[in-house]
Amino acid sequence: MELNFTLNGRAVSADVRPDTLLLDLVRRLGCLSVKRGCETSGCGLCTVLLDGAPVLSCSVLALRAAGRRVDTLEGLQEEARPFAEFIADQGAEQCGFCNPGFVMNTIALLRENPDPTDDDIRAFLAGNLCRCSGYEGQLRGIRAFLNSRKGGEDRG
Amino acid sequence: MGEADRRAVGAPVRKKDAMALLLGKPVYTEDVTPADCLVVKVLRSPHANALIESVDPAAALRTPGVAAVYTWRDVPQKRFTQAGQTWPEASPYDRLILDRHVRYVGDAVAIVAAETEEAARQALKRIKVKYQVLPAVLDPHEALDGPVLVHPEEDWKALCPVGADNRRNLCASGSDADGDVEKVLADCDVVVEHTYNTQACNQAMMETFRAYTELDAYGRLHVVASTQIVFHVRRILANALDIPKSKIHVEKPRIGGGFGAKQTVVAEVYPAFVTWKTGRPARMIYSRQESLIASSPRHPMEVRVRLGASKEGTIRALDVYTLSDTGAYGEHGPTTVGLSGHKSIPLYTGNLEAFRFAWNVVYTNHQSAGAYRGYGATQGIFAVESAVNELAERLGMDPVALRLKNIVRQGQAMPAYYGETATACTLDKCLTRCAQRFGWEEKYPVRDMGDGRVRAAGVAIAMQGSGISGVDVGSATLKLGDDGCYNLTIGAADMGTGCDTILAQIAADCLDCEVDNIAVFGADTDASPYDSGSYASSTTYVTGKAVEKACARLKERICALAAEMLDCAPEEVEFAGRAVRRLDGGGEVSLADIAGRSMCGSAPALQITCSHSSPTSPPPFMAGMVEVEVDTRTGGVKVLDYTAVVDCGTPINPNLARVQTEGGLVQGIGMALFETITYSDTGRLAENSFMQYKIPTRLDMGKLDVTFEPSYEPSGPFGAKSIGEIVINTPSPAIAHAVYRATGVWHRSLPITPEKVLLGRRGKTDG
Amino acid sequence: MLTIKHYARPQTVPEALRLLREKKSNVALGGMLWLKLQDKTVDTAVDLAGLGLDAIEETPEGWRIGAMVTLRRLETHTGLAAFTGGAMAESVKHIVGVQFRNLATIGGSVFGRFGFSDPLTLLLALDARVELAEAGRMSLRDFAESDIRKDILTHIFIPGGKVEAVYLSQRNSATDFPTLTCAVARREGKVACAVGARPARAQRFDDEAGQLANGVNEESAAAFAETVARRAVFGSNTRASAEYRREVCRALVRRAALKLEEE
Repeated sequence: MELNFTLNGRAVSADVRPDTLLLDLVRRLGCLSVKRGCETSGCGLCTVLLDGAPVLSCSVLALRAAGRRVDTLEGLQEEARPFAEFIADQGAEQCGFCNPGFVMNTIALLRENPDPTDDDIRAFLAGNLCRCSGYEGQLRGIRAFLNSRKGGEDRG
Repeated sequence: MGEADRRAVGAPVRKKDAMALLLGKPVYTEDVTPADCLVVKVLRSPHANALIESVDPAAALRTPGVAAVYTWRDVPQKRFTQAGQTWPEASPYDRLILDRHVRYVGDAVAIVAAETEEAARQALKRIKVKYQVLPAVLDPHEALDGPVLVHPEEDWKALCPVGADNRRNLCASGSDADGDVEKVLADCDVVVEHTYNTQACNQAMMETFRAYTELDAYGRLHVVASTQIVFHVRRILANALDIPKSKIHVEKPRIGGGFGAKQTVVAEVYPAFVTWKTGRPARMIYSRQESLIASSPRHPMEVRVRLGASKEGTIRALDVYTLSDTGAYGEHGPTTVGLSGHKSIPLYTGNLEAFRFAWNVVYTNHQSAGAYRGYGATQGIFAVESAVNELAERLGMDPVALRLKNIVRQGQAMPAYYGETATACTLDKCLTRCAQRFGWEEKYPVRDMGDGRVRAAGVAIAMQGSGISGVDVGSATLKLGDDGCYNLTIGAADMGTGCDTILAQIAADCLDCEVDNIAVFGADTDASPYDSGSYASSTTYVTGKAVEKACARLKERICALAAEMLDCAPEEVEFAGRAVRRLDGGGEVSLADIAGRSMCGSAPALQITCSHSSPTSPPPFMAGMVEVEVDTRTGGVKVLDYTAVVDCGTPINPNLARVQTEGGLVQGIGMALFETITYSDTGRLAENSFMQYKIPTRLDMGKLDVTFEPSYEPSGPFGAKSIGEIVINTPSPAIAHAVYRATGVWHRSLPITPEKVLLGRRGKTDG
Repeated sequence: MLTIKHYARPQTVPEALRLLREKKSNVALGGMLWLKLQDKTVDTAVDLAGLGLDAIEETPEGWRIGAMVTLRRLETHTGLAAFTGGAMAESVKHIVGVQFRNLATIGGSVFGRFGFSDPLTLLLALDARVELAEAGRMSLRDFAESDIRKDILTHIFIPGGKVEAVYLSQRNSATDFPTLTCAVARREGKVACAVGARPARAQRFDDEAGQLANGVNEESAAAFAETVARRAVFGSNTRASAEYRREVCRALVRRAALKLEEE
């Protein structure tokens, strides 16, 4: 079936099957940041923004993106970079496989709530699993980024 | 720039690949290999123990898009092990790529290669298999000399004398002792004797097992795999396919986590076999389900501890017996078990008069176990540390004071640790600093928070090793490039840990340059110098030392060439980072010029490869303290705070050391409270997805506080020891301790679920 | 592995129902999260996304919630938060993660009548009713016990008025399936209680004996909890035993009842 949607700001047309998942489609279209970590909608690695809302692309039929806007990390490099620098300064990226999903959901969080508490951050990101970092460094990085935005201390 | 502000070692240098990873660049196996290759899938046994009476691939082969279907008749009949270990491997040669005898639910029955996922999946359904179902052995207590043999085959083989006997379901056995443990125990005022059980946890790294294979222009098998052990993969594939190692080239791109899982060749053999047979590129990507049911999780162990002490709290004797369940195959079976005693008993070297450590490792029809961070030490430390906490309770002593009275101190020889001496040890400081940061005095007393909620604290200490003494080999190739930059090529595997960066930091300080001036490459069996790989907490300590050596040797060569250019003898010049200068002030020559000279009519090459192996394995040490809140009405245990103080020698990169620690603590918290693998009475594993196998989220872990109490290990690079594994060892015993404090019940069997806590309080179980 | 042969996105409910019933292996597509876990072949997936069932409306009689409203919208809806005293958000916020809750629909959760459903438990206690394309309106209680399968749930209706509600659940880890769910609601002095994840689906256990009629205190809450824990039937699964669930039921019902007084 033919599908038209907007991927990272570009109008895209793709031929998909009824059961093609959005995750597989965006990877096919070159958005390799989007990862599969489970088959049970539980790890957050495949997070993309669908009309701005963070969703699990492993659990969305590609056809449901028809006429809608899909953003992956490939399209949000500039929005992600300043925040990502702070995670890098903590060494909290570790193996990196969960990073795109984590970064995407953090972008969604900060768009929705520019000044979250630590508990807000933990709750919003609870669906982003990470096996390496123990999460604490990710939290430190986000906190440092938020402080810097408030004109507080610099990185590191 | 002064030297002091340029030191890379000890600085929180950013990981070289950090921004690429954070910005989602395509750097992993599935991203960097072509998708239009054969899709490889494996048909898996539904039975725990069965013989394949017949297997008919005809219908599967007729499926459009199917390129090949292989069964046990098609594979080489030479047994091998999938354990990534130095040859000769301690793990028995007990596998075939496909065997007529399948030994656990999930064991490989057939391999399918197809043009598409769908075709491969369809073909799997069309393979007709008739099984002769055999009785299975699913209880490790019944395995030894039991009626069901997991490996009755004649060609089963143990390469090393590890006390193995396949006719007895025995993968390994042995004992070690010093002094007369029975005599000392008989003389002790108090003997704590209990049996502890740890479960089979899954490493659950975010990137599942995967490998891509193709034939290169020379007809060699080129393997791109998510592995910690490229050189072992080459040997194992050569064994499995029965082809020369020279025909195989293995490389790893970025790896999405390992934790030991990828120290076993879990997926590689299948696409490799397909490519070798068909000549076509092939790729296998394990599903999460496969990663949970057919991989390499932690060995479940039962550890019996007898701990003898005086009534004043002097720990005089330790007797440890471990029964380990290696599952259907013996990967890492003989070696993991050793750590359960050798890395728990030495913690109490202080006043120990005698110890005994004995073990049996048995085959069962469970999923084969493998290497998981901690590698047996985790299991043994849960038992011994719990026993020490039980002793403190029996004696009415503060468990921190009890430990300070008995722990190993710097300079002591450790009979239970292969006789090695604790050359660098600040364990005592770790404990006191941990108590102070944690607020032990305030948090150790049990506090009633109302409505059935009780707060309490627990403590544990731990050790590990730094590489495998006398076995692990680390190597580094260092070469000077045109403009005075360096290429550092390694065979160790950065699996997210940051070793590429850490090794560059070591090189930068040795060569007096910026970390950015060191380009790191690895790991690749064609290009890298031989390295046993990244496991056993070896990379910083062993490979780091090889880097240090390579730097020293390369500097000598650079100086020799510079001396020629400066018309003087080599001993008349000094290496000064960006240049080499004459000691008499008579001129200098820049590194770029030296490099240029080396590439034009000059010899020898400015390239050095150095290897390093250590006769010792200096243990890192640490202390961990946890505060929990137990809801005594529901049994829920909430971790509030976890404080850890670690002695890893010199933390080369304090950021990465801290994050390693935090990550290990959270894995340990998951192990303590809910991660588990259970089997039905037909041997089917229940936790086969992330819906069932729960790993901690950021809501399950409380707040972490990690600091370092560095010692200086003279045999390590810049005084470093290791950190990767030790950090998973304290949560289980510390949390069990805290739960006891809150509820009055010792939980000696992991995980400590809400149900066990609640019903345990009612005296229904002892946990 | 889920295989879907055809995809349809009808614009009206009758059309959707017709398509759904055309073939036995046709299914309605809500949030898709549960469907996705199944290893089956679907002939036509009938997407309910085009039916305009995604509104949360406050009417004089109560709250009318479209079946395609996501759990995340229920969680963040200020009106529902005020109406339920925060219980609505509490009943969904432990479910996996934000990205999951942005997909999972209340219709899917209710129509599936899953034993582990958190929101089903709360809605039962809140006297919710359902509207189905064919079967029409009925109480959620009746629907939960029915075996209606080939129909389309369009709306969930929660009667308005003044209600006090408390939702509590017990889990082995933070975002796991619950080992017990519990909702207690009070309307005009009458207390209703629902207990789910028994592990069978949630059931109502009202205060028919009036144990809480003279006010909730330590004693009456414990007595009521004891009654509920005795009446409810519990089972065992990999997460918890029946015995444990009964004990937790006692604890949560008591706590939830006491919390009514704090509100």
